[in-house]
Amino acid sequence: MLNVDSLTRGIVIDHIKAGSCMALYKYLELDKLDCSVAIIKNAKSNRMGKKDIIKIDGMLDLDLDVLGFLDCNITVNIIDNGKIIEKKNLVLPDTIRNVVSCKNPRCITSIEQGIDQVFKLADPKTHLYRCLYCEQKYNPKK
Amino acid sequence: MMKHLIDPLDLTAEEVNEFLDLADKIMEEPSKYRHICDGRKLATLFYEPSTRTRLSFEAAMLNLGGSVLGFSSGTDSSAAKGESVADTIRVVSNFADICAIRHPKEGAPLVAALHSEIPVINAGDGGHQHPTQTLTDLMTIRSLKKRINGLTVGICGDLKFGRTTHSLIKSLARYTGVKFVLISPQELRVPDYIFESLQAKSIAFKQVERLDEVMPELDVLYMTRVQRERFFNEEDYIRLKDSYILDAKKMELAKEDMIVLHPLPRVNEIAVEVDHDPRACYFKQVKYGMYVRMALIMKLLGLEESEC
Repeated sequence: MLNVDSLTRGIVIDHIKAGSCMALYKYLELDKLDCSVAIIKNAKSNRMGKKDIIKIDGMLDLDLDVLGFLDCNITVNIIDNGKIIEKKNLVLPDTIRNVVSCKNPRCITSIEQGIDQVFKLADPKTHLYRCLYCEQKYNPKK
Repeated sequence: MMKHLIDPLDLTAEEVNEFLDLADKIMEEPSKYRHICDGRKLATLFYEPSTRTRLSFEAAMLNLGGSVLGFSSGTDSSAAKGESVADTIRVVSNFADICAIRHPKEGAPLVAALHSEIPVINAGDGGHQHPTQTLTDLMTIRSLKKRINGLTVGICGDLKFGRTTHSLIKSLARYTGVKFVLISPQELRVPDYIFESLQAKSIAFKQVERLDEVMPELDVLYMTRVQRERFFNEEDYIRLKDSYILDAKKMELAKEDMIVLHPLPRVNEIAVEVDHDPRACYFKQVKYGMYVRMALIMKLLGLEESEC
């Protein structure tokens, strides 16, 4: 098994669906951080078979709404002094702002400068989000 | 708190009834209301061509004693120079007390409302919503059928891009026992968010492709135009535009007390011969539209009947 040093202080994003960690990396804008970030792909998991993990060194704050929107089965552990001090439970956020963009060419967001891209939770059962302005559904496959 | 009308569901069912009641009163005695908006201004910001809706709003404000200003196409305004909707409404807020906005892009009136210091009315946004047409439709149905609950309403034509149909379905779905018959080609069926909202509320509806086969069961037939400007592809438009034409022969299949509505403009989807049928109510609908817009302007400006 691959060994990556344990964190003394930081965040472990665990139980990421295998193959999804780079998308999370992008949405969380981790490339803009100065600190060390470890990405582990296809780690063995009893629960999931395979999973991805992201470890962020020295950071204790994270936009959980973004994570909840992308996959609310992810677990987030906050580490301090080498110990897990908090396990964050993710929920589907009611609103996400400037995380994804509306793809509807008829939507006002396609031409209006300076407005937020906002999606509202339309159906918690199916994790369906719709654009606040035109009601187009967010399709993660596009 | 300042109120806007962007989506038909911005109004509660009770508020809709209040608006329609007020519109009825105005229609009975218009002269009573002719000075209630003295000194007030309505801005009509129409980035897209319109005859009925713009003139209806302007007539409504003039009938209330107010005045109007605005533009009737995007090329006549600073939008042609690239000004955003948000900036335009910030400017217009200094000149007018209330505004009605029509825009080809879906959600533009909501952007306006988010940046406005005056009440904003959505006068149609792309293929999305048209809530004041819906108030017009509800008033027409209530006035002519004496009820809305329990009606079977056929909606025919372009249900994908037809903003009037989206707003009407959303609003009628709040009434008890309304059944929908959605008549359109496969390619022009209602958007998924409308379809899902009907399913989620367990509202009775069916989707069919032939108008003649459902004519006998309808209490209301709402015809719409297949709109050239909503298509990206001219070939699709030409192939589908004549799919559904209502003529005297089809009217023979309908109930004697069915009513035919249309948000207008009509192209050829209702044959001119139908105009003489007493069940053709689309020109009466225009009159109701003006009165309901008068009621809407009064309510959004916070004006009470006692001030008349």
